[in-house]
Amino acid sequence: MSPAASRDGGFDSASAGRPLMARLDPRTRVVLALAFSLTVVAVEHLAALVLALAAALVLAVLARLPWAATLRRMLALEGFMLVVLALLPFTVPGRMVAEPLGFAVSAEGLTQAAAIALRANAVAVALLALLGSMELVSLGRALGRLGAPERLVHLFLFTVRYVAVLDGEYRRLRLAMRARAFRPAAGPHCWRSVGYLFGMLMVRSLERAERIDAAMRCRGFTGRFHSLEDEAADRPGILDWGFGAASTAALALVAGLGLS
Amino acid sequence: MIRLEGISFAYDPAHPVLDQVDFTLSAGERVALNGPNGAGKTTLLHLMVGLVRPRKGRVVAFGRERRTETDFVEVRSRAGLLFQDADDQLFCPTVAEDVAFGPLNQGKSRAEARAIVRQTLADLGLESLENRVTHKLSGGQRRLVSLAAVLAMRPEALLLDEPTNALDEATRARLLDILAGLPLAMVVVSHDREVLDRLATRSAWLEGGRLG
Repeated sequence: MSPAASRDGGFDSASAGRPLMARLDPRTRVVLALAFSLTVVAVEHLAALVLALAAALVLAVLARLPWAATLRRMLALEGFMLVVLALLPFTVPGRMVAEPLGFAVSAEGLTQAAAIALRANAVAVALLALLGSMELVSLGRALGRLGAPERLVHLFLFTVRYVAVLDGEYRRLRLAMRARAFRPAAGPHCWRSVGYLFGMLMVRSLERAERIDAAMRCRGFTGRFHSLEDEAADRPGILDWGFGAASTAALALVAGLGLS
Repeated sequence: MIRLEGISFAYDPAHPVLDQVDFTLSAGERVALNGPNGAGKTTLLHLMVGLVRPRKGRVVAFGRERRTETDFVEVRSRAGLLFQDADDQLFCPTVAEDVAFGPLNQGKSRAEARAIVRQTLADLGLESLENRVTHKLSGGQRRLVSLAAVLAMRPEALLLDEPTNALDEATRARLLDILAGLPLAMVVVSHDREVLDRLATRSAWLEGGRLG
């Protein structure tokens, strides 16, 4: 595989006309995602968080995230947070600013709710832009090359590879149940059947793991993975350094605003 | 090349799978192995490369008796086993890496492995799949790529476990053409009439734990 292809965020995508984000080394993106999240969690000031959200939106534009799909994902997050955010102004003690229907709304509560909303959205948008648009395999490799334990990386890559196979098995079993008129309902028959379904899934996964191990041994596997990638030749380019510098400056500004 | 002598085997002592089986695969031979479901055809292939060990009998492969896991490491690189389900075999993220897995395990350098990948994929007409993600391949592509992964180890014999199972007509024909053109000794487990007619130089029938 040529370095250009391995650098590529997705193995299937063509190299022409790709967004800036996809041309970055996956490692740059992982490091940046980590730095961004830590900074945003550390800062308190609303102004800094607004700036962070703006930075995240810039990242989203650079990654050319599809707007509709991204909004849908974000809505799922907002729905989850809504209850907490709506309750905070009423539950955090502090200076009272309003009293609708006899419930006291505190200024501190409002600030906290705003801070949580900004922080969650900034991190979510940034992660979607930096990591969400990346092929999972690239993410696993980037983690490995950044020094994540080899076993965990292999576990991650095997999971990526086989989660679809297991899902396929689950669907086939479910379909077979439905084909025999099984309908989920509260009751011992349903619970027992679902128990069998998951039991069978475990057994099959175990058998599958044994077959994969056998197939690997058939091809000479003795416990050590050799990589086809020539990793030394594949170094971060000018683009990565430039992007890293710009991001560091932006994060320093966020941190400066937020911690002062 | 590979000889099984007086092999008895059971996964569970109450139900013996193989009983005093003798089997020999000689160079240049293509043996069709058939028999009813559950007769132990897959087990016979697995015994030949040491994935399971016999309770009784000897496995002699490439001139030596093989007993331990270490003995069989060499056997497995000289007799390539193609599994029934290609999903079991293709575990690497990309096709290139999967095909390179065997050669790298055999101690080839990255450059050599990459050359072998190119050559093997080109031989099978699969060049365009080199950088594809394995779990996004179609069933037929998976089967052909897993054959490439076995051939990349440059084996002297092939053990094929129902190679044409669940393939569409075009892929099946393509696979048969490839196999017919290979100068390797083979054991083919198959219920497919055409496989037997086109490939086999002799056939064996396994039933009730006995070879006939």
